[in-house]
Amino acid sequence: MRGDSFAARVMRPAAAAEAARLYAANPDALPLAGGTDLMVAWNSGRLNGRAILDLSRLSEWRSIGVAAECVRIGSLVTHAEIESHPVILKRLGLLAEACSRVGAVQVRNRGTLGGNIANASPAGDSFPALAVYEAFVHTLSREGRRSLPLLDVFAGVKKTALKRGELIERIDVPFLSKPPARLLFRKVGSREEQTLSKTVAAGLLWLGKGGRVSELRFAFGSVAPTVRRLKAAEAFLRGRRLSRPVVERACELVAEDISPIDDIRSTRQYRMIVSQNILRSFLIG
Amino acid sequence: MKIRLRVNSEERAYEGDAFKRLLDVLREDFALTGTKEGCGEGECGACTVLLDGKPVNSCLIPICQAEGRSVETVESLGLPDRLDALQKAFLEEGGAQCGACTPGMLLSAAAHLRSKGRTDERSIRASIGGNLCRCTGYQHIVKSIQKAAKAMNKKRSHAR
Repeated sequence: MRGDSFAARVMRPAAAAEAARLYAANPDALPLAGGTDLMVAWNSGRLNGRAILDLSRLSEWRSIGVAAECVRIGSLVTHAEIESHPVILKRLGLLAEACSRVGAVQVRNRGTLGGNIANASPAGDSFPALAVYEAFVHTLSREGRRSLPLLDVFAGVKKTALKRGELIERIDVPFLSKPPARLLFRKVGSREEQTLSKTVAAGLLWLGKGGRVSELRFAFGSVAPTVRRLKAAEAFLRGRRLSRPVVERACELVAEDISPIDDIRSTRQYRMIVSQNILRSFLIG
Repeated sequence: MKIRLRVNSEERAYEGDAFKRLLDVLREDFALTGTKEGCGEGECGACTVLLDGKPVNSCLIPICQAEGRSVETVESLGLPDRLDALQKAFLEEGGAQCGACTPGMLLSAAAHLRSKGRTDERSIRASIGGNLCRCTGYQHIVKSIQKAAKAMNKKRSHAR
């Protein structure tokens, strides 16, 4: 271990208001939730000397609330708690499935949804599901509260649009007003568990009269600096029947919204082809 | 900083830095060296312990986050003169070779079986998906866990 524990200055607020006040006074402190990402960097010694704002005592951020129109997930709720929550399993199944495919058991028992979002990895496996459910992220700072659509939280690789002193308080995931005709979650990695995705997808499709697409929501992760909705393909498909040429055109349009790269896990070409194949098989049904 | 926690059903107190890893506190402060360090970055699962009954990587937990909680290490399963069903099965089926991953494997498996997890091969493999083994190729580990599950079921039905 190269993390110098004796150099750590750890603040451990017991209430949200106190956390916001401490963060305002120490804006360079690193918020700590489940630690599954932060502690890796800590152990490597990269964070020596940084102050830590440990949020784990904020029990108010650790619960899941079910409202009439959405589920309110506290930022400190773990992936394991989400994947086994009865209402999420029943009504927001893609999110439950996505959370069940994050890391392995040990990581899911510790890693939190808020921490995952704040960390803003391009490969966050819960993000495509949150993107197609059009989740809202609620934040708290000493200045007050605000909420922003999930997609607006991500500013780039490991970068968020959160302001200085702003902490994620909860994530609201709206229920669907009509049940979709088809839904899909798909993670492609090197192995089943404890793997980072090469591409990860979530999709919802509603069909209208005569098999015409009334709405498609489709998102990919790991194939761009941030999670991406397929804006071009979604717009193109609205009102069309899913004939073979239409599906092929939609698959071509995937390239408008994603920009995969070559890296240690995969290649640009593989990620593009597999992503297009995932959309194609979803649309063919 | 002073931190109280339960370790293997005993109340323990730790006094020291808040950001020392749970893994190091167990090994250095409490002399529980059954817990092994593998990668130190939450990938391999060698340092798995149970926190309030759930498998976690002890290399990723600063001790301050274990305050007031219950930790179980491999020593809580059984010691050489009194092994539990999982430990016995690992010995009998060759579930351990070099042994570095074994404490973590045992605890992940224990948590899975305790939570009445399914014992088909796929479910067992998923339950140890966060524990890497570089020796066995996993087949013998899966067999060991299935054997232990059977032994535990038998014991349970005898007790009824």
